[in-house]
Amino acid sequence: MALVLVRRLPLPRLRTGVGVQRAMLLTGLVLTALFVLTAVLGPALAPHGYAQLRDTEGLFGSQQHPSGSHPLGTTIAGYDVLSRTIWGARTALLIILAALLLSVVPGTVLGLVSGYLGGRLDRLLVGLADALYAFPPLLLAIVMSIVISGGQSSLVGGLGAAACSVAVSFVPQYFRVVRAEVIRVKSEPFVDAARVIGTGPWRIMTRHVLRNSVRTLPLIFTINASEAILTLAGLGFLGFGIEPNSAAEWGYDLNRAVADVTSGIWWTAIPPGLGIVLTVLGTTLLGEGLTDLADPRLRRRTDAPVPPADGGGDGD
Amino acid sequence: MTDLLRIEDLHVSFATDTGPAPAVGGVSLSVAPGEVLALVGESGSGKTVTARSVLGLLPATATAHGRVLLGDGTADPEEDVLTASPARLRALRGTHAAMVFQEPSTALNPVFTIGWQLTEGLRAHGHGGSKSERRALAIEWLDKVGIPDPATRVDHYPHQLSGGQKQRAVIAMALALGTRLIVADEPTTALDVTVQAEILELLHRCRTDFGTAVLLITHNMGVVADLADRVAVMRAGQVVEQAPVRDLFAAPAAPYTRELLAAVPDFGTGGRARPAAADVAGQPVVRASQLVVDYPGRLGSKGFRAVDGVNFEIHPGEMLGLVGESGSGKTTIGRAIAGLTPVTGGRLELFGEPLTRKRKAVAGRIGYVFQDPATSFNPLLTITDSIAEPLVVHRRELGAKEIRTQAEALLEAVHLPRAYADRYPHELSGGQRQRASLARALALRPKLLVADEPTSALDVSVQAKVLDLFAELQQELGFAALFVSHDLAVVEQVADRVIVLHRGRIAEEGATSQVLGSPQDDYTRRLVAALPVPDPVRQARRHHSPVAEGVTGP
Amino acid sequence: MSTLTQETPGAVATPADGAAGYGFARYLVVRFLLIIPTVLILVSLVFFLMRLTGDPISAAFGDRLTPDQLQAKLHQAGYDRPLPTQYLDYLRSLATGDFGRTVTDNQPVTHVLGTYGAATVELACYALLVALVIGVPLGMVAAAHRDRAPDAALRLFAILTYATPVFFVGLLLKLVFAIWLGWLPSSGRASTGVQLFLQDQTSTTGVYLIDALRSGDGTAITDVLRHAVLPGLALGLLVAGILLRLVRTNLIGTLSADYIDAARSRGVAPLRLVTHHATRPALIPVVTVLGLQIAGLLGGAVLTETTFEWKGLGYELAHYLTVRDFPAVQGIVALFAVVVAVTNFLVDVAAALIDPRVRY
Repeated sequence: MALVLVRRLPLPRLRTGVGVQRAMLLTGLVLTALFVLTAVLGPALAPHGYAQLRDTEGLFGSQQHPSGSHPLGTTIAGYDVLSRTIWGARTALLIILAALLLSVVPGTVLGLVSGYLGGRLDRLLVGLADALYAFPPLLLAIVMSIVISGGQSSLVGGLGAAACSVAVSFVPQYFRVVRAEVIRVKSEPFVDAARVIGTGPWRIMTRHVLRNSVRTLPLIFTINASEAILTLAGLGFLGFGIEPNSAAEWGYDLNRAVADVTSGIWWTAIPPGLGIVLTVLGTTLLGEGLTDLADPRLRRRTDAPVPPADGGGDGD
Repeated sequence: MTDLLRIEDLHVSFATDTGPAPAVGGVSLSVAPGEVLALVGESGSGKTVTARSVLGLLPATATAHGRVLLGDGTADPEEDVLTASPARLRALRGTHAAMVFQEPSTALNPVFTIGWQLTEGLRAHGHGGSKSERRALAIEWLDKVGIPDPATRVDHYPHQLSGGQKQRAVIAMALALGTRLIVADEPTTALDVTVQAEILELLHRCRTDFGTAVLLITHNMGVVADLADRVAVMRAGQVVEQAPVRDLFAAPAAPYTRELLAAVPDFGTGGRARPAAADVAGQPVVRASQLVVDYPGRLGSKGFRAVDGVNFEIHPGEMLGLVGESGSGKTTIGRAIAGLTPVTGGRLELFGEPLTRKRKAVAGRIGYVFQDPATSFNPLLTITDSIAEPLVVHRRELGAKEIRTQAEALLEAVHLPRAYADRYPHELSGGQRQRASLARALALRPKLLVADEPTSALDVSVQAKVLDLFAELQQELGFAALFVSHDLAVVEQVADRVIVLHRGRIAEEGATSQVLGSPQDDYTRRLVAALPVPDPVRQARRHHSPVAEGVTGP
Repeated sequence: MSTLTQETPGAVATPADGAAGYGFARYLVVRFLLIIPTVLILVSLVFFLMRLTGDPISAAFGDRLTPDQLQAKLHQAGYDRPLPTQYLDYLRSLATGDFGRTVTDNQPVTHVLGTYGAATVELACYALLVALVIGVPLGMVAAAHRDRAPDAALRLFAILTYATPVFFVGLLLKLVFAIWLGWLPSSGRASTGVQLFLQDQTSTTGVYLIDALRSGDGTAITDVLRHAVLPGLALGLLVAGILLRLVRTNLIGTLSADYIDAARSRGVAPLRLVTHHATRPALIPVVTVLGLQIAGLLGGAVLTETTFEWKGLGYELAHYLTVRDFPAVQGIVALFAVVVAVTNFLVDVAAALIDPRVRY
C-alpha cells in the first residue's frame, strides 16, 4: 500500500511544499516504511517466537527484568517482550490489509450503486449506514467478534474474526464517503452530458462516475489503517483479540500488562504501547500530509489565483 | 482638490509551485474625488488584483512593488498602503477606501445580523458612540441605500435578504464609514439585469449624493458606459489605454481596445442578417403544451414550480432564444427537453412523438451544450474520447478506427487544431472547451441543439468567436436550436424568435426584432430598459427616459 | 454550477418572523422523530447479530449443564420460541423500559444500567470538560498561527493524542503519577472508606462529586476529585485532540472566507476577526462533527473504565463480555445506542441554534 501511495504522490509539489507539511509527510512515510519492514522481516528480527516460553537454556521465567538475554524483559506468562512486540507488527499489518480489503470493496460498490441510482434502496442503505456510523465502532467490532467466533478466539479464526470485526465498522464509512462523492459527481455537467447522449447507466457509472469518485480513497485508507490498528488493539485490550499462542497482538499484551503497571513493572506495557503509537502516528501523518497536498483550501503556497491564459479555470 | 488614489508602477506577483507568476506588471492609475474610473479587462488581466492592492487585501503569497497612495482629497495622497504599518492600514481601510465585492452573499457573514456587521466597521474606527447610537446610525444608512423598512431589516440575517438588498447592505457598510472612495469589484456581475440596474443607480447616487469616487472593476462594457467617467483598459497585467469614457467608445486608440469593443454584442443595433431558414410549415421539432415542471421539496416541505404551463414550438432549422432572469425556468425547459429533468405535467412532444421513458431513440437526435465548459467534460478522458462518446454509444458498429476519424473531423469542424485531440480538458482554454462541447453535441448530426448559456462563462472576445462558430455550423448543418440565455444582447444576435420567461410563465413571445425592439409586455420592457448598452451616449439618453426610449428597431 | 441551484429562487425576504419561527419548530419535531428509526435499526441489528451465534444460555452455561438441564433453562427463558416471536417480544419489553435480566447474576438489566450509568456520565463530563478547556483555545491558537511553529507543535500534539490508544495513555499516566510519583490514586472512583460514606448518604445521585459536595465533607470531595484526575485526563485528551483539529481546520476555512476579507476591508482588527467574526460560523461544522464523535467517546469510555477500574457501564460491559452474559451486553449496547441517537439530536439542535439559516 505504501508503494501505491508513493507513486500517487505529487512529487514536484513535495519538493517545494511548506516545511511543516513536508516534514510531516516524510516522518509519516519513514514510520510507515519501518512498520511494514518490521512486519515483513519480523521472523528474522525477533530473537524468539511469539509463543515461545523456553529455549535451550530452559524456561524464560515470568516478569524478568530487561537483561542481555531478554532486552525488554519477559511477561507474566513468560514470553519475551521484544519478540512479541516485533511479531505484533506482523499481526497488525495483516489485520489492516484484510480489514481494508473486506471493507473497501463492498463499501465502494454499495456507495456507487446507492448514490447513482438513488430511490428506495438508497434511502434504506443510508438509514442503515447512518445508524451504524453512529454506533461506537469498538462495540460493533465486539458484537461482530462474538458473532464470528462466539467470543472464543480460536487458533484458526482469530485473525479472520478480528479482521471481519474491524471491517464491518468500516463498510459504512466507505459507503458514506463514496456515496457522497458519487452524488457530487453525478450532478456534474459531464455526467449530464453523458445522459443527454443516451449513455446507459452502467456505462455512466463505470466510465464517468466511479473513477471520479474514488480519488479521495487513498487518504481514507491511511485514516482507516490507523483506526484498524486502534480498533484491533481495543478488542485485544478487552479480551476479544487473538490468543497469545496463535499470534502476538499488542492490545492483548497491554491487557496483560495492566496488573503489572500497578506493581511498577513498566517493561511489559511500554513496548507494545509504543508499537501502536508509532504505527498509528506513521499512517496518520501520512494521511495528514496527503490531505494537505490534496486540499487546495488548506494549502498556503499554491492557493494563489494564478491567472489562466484564456479565461478558463482549469477543471482539474 | 487632488487625487484620492494614486497607483504608481504597481507590480504584483504570486508565489506558485513553479516559481513566481506575475499578475500585475507596472500599472499606474489615479482616481480624483467624485470620479468613477472603470478598470476593464478580461479574466486574468490583473484588474481584481490591482483593486485588492488598494486596500492591502492581497493574499500572503503575493509580493507587491511600487506605490499605492491613498489620500483624503485635501492634499496629495501620501500614505502608501504597501508599506503602511498594520495599525495604520486598519485605520485607512474603510475610511479612505472601502470595498464592494462581487458576490454579496459571500461578502456577508451568514451567522450575524446585517446591523451587527454594519456596526462592526463603525466600532473598529471608534465611530458612533454607544451601542444604541451605532444601531441608529446603521438603520439610517440602510435607509439611505434604499433598503425598505430598515428598522426591521437591521436585525435580519443575510439569507433573509434578496441579492439586491444584500449588495445594498454591503454598499451601506462601505458608505457608513464616510469613505471617499469605493472600490467595487464586479459589483453587479452576480446579479440579474433588473437588479443590476438598481445597483448601478445606487452607485450613481453614491457619487451625486455623497460625493464618493468609485474605482469600478468590471468586464461588462454596458456597465462601463452607464457609470464611468474615465476608463482604463487592462490586458495581461498592464494598462493598454486610459481615456474619458466617450472618447474611448468613440475612438479607441489601442488595437486591443478596438478588438474588445468590436466583440461586445451591441444591443439594439439589430440581429444578424440571415436568410429565414426556419421551416414553419413542417412538423415542429419540439412542441410543448401546458408544460409544468416541479422540483420536489425536502422533508415534506413545499416543492418549487419552475415551469408553470408553458406552450411553445420549435420549428426545423429555427433558432429560438429563451431569455429570462434567474428562477425564470429557462434552464429547466432546456433540461426537460433533453430528458435531464422529469416533466411534471402537460405535454412535451419531440419530433412528433410524446416524450416517454424510453429516451434512447430520441437521445441521438438532441445535442446539448452546457454553460460551464470547465465541468462539462470528464476530467479523466481525453477530448477525443469525450467527443467520440456519442458515436461509441449509438454507432458502435462503425468500429474504433472510423469513430476516431469522425471525431477528428468534428474537431476540425469546430476549428480545433488536431494537436488537441489527445489533450485532457484542463489543458484547454474555456473557449476551446466550449468548441469541443459543440463538436460533441453535433457528433450525431442532431436535428435539435439545446444550448444552455453556452457563452456566459466566457470572456467577451472568446464569446464572439464561439457565437460566430455557432452561427456558421447552424448555417451549414441546418439544425434547430434552443438558445437559453440571460443576455438579451447575445440572444438578439443569434435568435430568429424569442420567448421571454418570467417566473415559469411566458411573458412575451415573437420575432426577435419585435420582442426586443418594441416590447409590449411590462416585464419585457423593464428587462430591456434595465440592460445597459455599450455606448455612453445612447446609455445616457436611455437614463433620461428609461422605458420610452427602448431600443431603436432595425 | 448546478442548474438546479440556478433555477431555485434566490433568498426572498421572509414576510414575518412569526411564520419563520414555525419552520424551526417543525425542523425540531422532524429531527426528533428521526431518533426512532436510528435506535430501532441499532437495537434490531444487535439483537439479530447476537442471536446468530445461538442463545445466551448455551453461551454462558453450555459447557457446564447437561442437555436436559439446558433445555429446561432455555424453555423457562423462552429461548426455544421462533426468532421473530422473540424479536417482537424483545421490542415490546424494550418499549416498556424492560431490558431483560442478566444470565450470570440474574438481576434486571435496568438495575445494572441504573447503578453504573451515573459513573459513566460522571466520567464523560470530566472528559468533556478537559476536552473543551484544552481543545478549543488551542485550536484557535493553531489556526491563528497557521503553518508556523505553534501550529506545527499543536498539530503534532493532536495527532499524538489520536495515535495513542486511550488505555495506553491511561497506563502511562498511572505508571508516572500513581506508581512512580505516588501523587494520585491509580484506580477506582474513590477510596473504600469514602465510597462507603457516600453510599450511606440519605439520597444519592450516583455521581460521586455531586454526592460528596452535598455531604459537605472536605475529605470526601478531595478524594473524589483526586480519583477523577487521571481517568478524566486520559479520556479527555482523546477528545481534546479531535476538538483541536476540528476547530483549527474549520477556523482556517472561515478565516479565508470572503466575508472575513470584507470585514478586514472595513478595518476590523485581526484578533477580533478570529474571536468575533470567524469563530461562530466555524463552530457549526465543529459541533456537528463533534456529535458524530460521541460514538467514539463511548468506545473510549469502555476502555478508560477498564483501565482505571472505574465501575461504570463500560467496565461492566467488559465484565459481562468476559463471562459471555449476552442479555446484559445487549442491554448496555442498546442503552449506548439510545444515548448516541439522543446526543446527535441535541447536537443538531445546538448547530441550528448557532446557524440562523436553519432557525429562520
